[in-house]
Amino acid sequence: MGALALKILREPINLALFRRPLGQVYIIPERCKECGFCWSFCPMDVLERSDQFNPNGYRYPRVKPGKENDCINCKMCSLICPELAIYTVEVS
Amino acid sequence: MSSGLPRPGVHFMMGNFACVEAAILAGCRFFAGYPITPSSEIFERACVRFPQVGGIAVEMEDEMASVAALIGASYAGAKAMTATSGPGFSLMMENIGLAFIMEAPIVIVNVQRAGPSTGIPTLIGQGDVMQARWGSHGDLETVVYAPSSVQEFFDLTIRAFNTAERLRTPVIVLADQLVGLMWEKVVIPPAEEIEIVERKVMDPRLLSTRLPFDYSADVNPMPIVGTGCRVNIDSLTHDERGYPTTSQEVSDRMLRYLLGKIRNHARELWMYKEFMTDDAEVVVVAYGSTARSALNAVKQARSRGIKAGLLQLITIWPFPSDVIERLSQRVNVLVVPEINFGQLVHPVREHAKCPVIEVNWAPGSLIEPNVIVDAVEVAAA
Amino acid sequence: MTQVVKAQRHPRDRLLRSERLPHIWCPGCGIGIVMAAYADAIEASGIPPEKHVCISGIGCTGRVSGYMHLDSFHTTHGRAIAFATGLSLVRPDLEVTVISGDGDICTIGGNHLIHAARRNVDINVIMVNNFNYGMTGGQHGGTTPLGAKTYTSPYGNFENPFNIPYLVAAAGASFVARWTTLHVRQLINAIKRMMSVEGFAFIEVISPCPPTFGEFNNFPEALDMMEYFRKHSVVDHNADLSKIDIRLQGEPLVVGNFVDRRRPSYQELIQETIRRASGRGEGI
Ligand SMILES: Cc1ncc(C[n+]2csc(CCOP(=O)(O)OP(=O)(O)O)c2C)c(N)n1
Ligand code: SF4
Ligand code: SF4
Ligand code: SF4
Ligand SMILES: [Mg+2]
Repeated sequence: MGALALKILREPINLALFRRPLGQVYIIPERCKECGFCWSFCPMDVLERSDQFNPNGYRYPRVKPGKENDCINCKMCSLICPELAIYTVEVS
Repeated sequence: MSSGLPRPGVHFMMGNFACVEAAILAGCRFFAGYPITPSSEIFERACVRFPQVGGIAVEMEDEMASVAALIGASYAGAKAMTATSGPGFSLMMENIGLAFIMEAPIVIVNVQRAGPSTGIPTLIGQGDVMQARWGSHGDLETVVYAPSSVQEFFDLTIRAFNTAERLRTPVIVLADQLVGLMWEKVVIPPAEEIEIVERKVMDPRLLSTRLPFDYSADVNPMPIVGTGCRVNIDSLTHDERGYPTTSQEVSDRMLRYLLGKIRNHARELWMYKEFMTDDAEVVVVAYGSTARSALNAVKQARSRGIKAGLLQLITIWPFPSDVIERLSQRVNVLVVPEINFGQLVHPVREHAKCPVIEVNWAPGSLIEPNVIVDAVEVAAA
Repeated sequence: MTQVVKAQRHPRDRLLRSERLPHIWCPGCGIGIVMAAYADAIEASGIPPEKHVCISGIGCTGRVSGYMHLDSFHTTHGRAIAFATGLSLVRPDLEVTVISGDGDICTIGGNHLIHAARRNVDINVIMVNNFNYGMTGGQHGGTTPLGAKTYTSPYGNFENPFNIPYLVAAAGASFVARWTTLHVRQLINAIKRMMSVEGFAFIEVISPCPPTFGEFNNFPEALDMMEYFRKHSVVDHNADLSKIDIRLQGEPLVVGNFVDRRRPSYQELIQETIRRASGRGEGI
């Protein structure tokens, strides 16, 4: 019984049947304090520290070059940002 | 089914009980307390009576919590009160300051007992006069009424609620053990004859065009929770939006507004009674239970040919300075008896245009009239 | 897709006094995460914002109330729960949430905390535990782990801290949870759950405080603390609460929704008393 359940669970997913969501990253640069949470905890490694300073001297995030289509709109960055400085919106 | 309201008419009642009946008539429906002699009868009776009129009376874990709960209840729209005595009053100082800066109308009854710290719980004192005015840190003003009889305790409790509601500020009824525990005649007027003041409430629609705190106003209307005002109410010095600020200029504006609510209304707040002062040369200035001994003393002095009179101060804070100034210009001496070692005598002396003699009596019992008579005789000589 | 789009407003701004942002908290402070989670939970609760009340005591965390665009109160140090008790007794229909620091809630306010839990007052309490008094520059309090260095424990803390969920559960709360600032989704769900629990609902949120605690305790960057949460957190909703104290020595950091039970709330019992007593006044 246990073995059967395991077998079913391990059935490989047919990726072609799933649509992967695509997210657009929005940032409010003035609010960022460069804590690094967003780029550290993005599961798709989409974000990085930019070289742009906001008026308070913090370098806010940007999407890594070449990763423009990698955001899956999981919202981790917006949940973990202590400054309400970043969020994403799903695009179709 | 009865309304639960006290029956109008003549009653024979304990001061502490009369206070509760008055609170109910004033519209108070929230009591949070912590028991302490000699005020516990207020709390106990509130626990019986408040639920009968649909009100809430709860026991908190200490007096800091009691006053914090009152302010919360007040912002929820209720008229709220507590009762305590010296040690509890000390713990209340923190949140009396909070009620002041948050502009929460609440009523605190202090049935004073004897001595510092735990002192003598069962006996009388008048040692909290300065604390009632100056006990909470920073710059604040309090309104303090001192009853000398059960009837006054009743009347002043209603007045305390009215003042609190009108000025959006904490008001203290500074009773004492004698007034609290004494049984006496009290006349309860029909409800429709009692003047009841209700606070001005903020209309949330106005907040799109005005700020919640207008420091040039007399008293701002109160934003009540759950009505859509969504205003920040802060214990930090705050600006006209209710936001914390460290601006000295805003701090000045805010404090002038808060203090002004009481200072600008001082003359309406002052209550006092005069007995035989018309031709008096020596006037005794007394408050609370001491006014009872003082009246007896003044009568005795008159029978000995001394032109004595009594000024009973009912409002002791804001201090009725003009009353003292005016009276002291036409009498020779003021005599100030207190059941402490000198408290209200200080502002009396500050404002008097004539010599002031103090009569101090160790906390524990009422000052005997003959002690005051002796002082009046010395003053007259 | 473009790289990033610069924006002026955040979707949560309608629940915040966004004109006051950026807030006062340090870079990497976890309080902002908790505040945003609270805003998310309000949004998800289905209860309109004007029916939510946010009450704080004093401290860095105590500043949350001032940023929430709700009926909000920034009270005195330690007294937020007592304040909330009075308010919610008069308006039991409102959703009252206290958000404050560990020092505020469980040290200076510890007595109010246990009594509110014992009475099962129907309010929500979110306590942000950063293991120290952040606002006053980093002193130890009732949650500082044994041995931890702060300005008032320069040789290492010689006090044992409270195990808060254990304490609050023992005192009688209806709902008790612990999450970290890394477990944001679970935190939002727990806050949302608190809003439907009748009775005292409590969440301890473990949070980084880099400058005044982390600095002296091997977490100089906020990310170090977050990384510690990631490595050591163990979700166990059925944990033995007596064994979940936090030492920050690499032991499992147990998180979860530990207690969720139905007990009559203080408000319910008081309303019942009023029903029994009302109209009984003989009119003296
Ligand atoms: C009665 C009183 N004592 C002391 C203080 C000073 N004080 C302000 S905040 C604070 C500690 C706050 O610590 P915590 O609640 O843990 O909040 P945090 O800043 O860590 O978020 C203290 C001691 C005060 N405001 N009031
Ligand atoms: S939504 Fe998720 S995937 Fe997209 S940037 Fe944010 S964390 Fe990364
Ligand atoms: S999480 Fe927020 S504050 Fe931190 S770096 Fe990213 S955008 Fe900036
Ligand atoms: S001192 Fe600590 S708690 Fe306070 S804002 Fe900074 S990181 Fe946050
Ligand atoms: Mg703290």
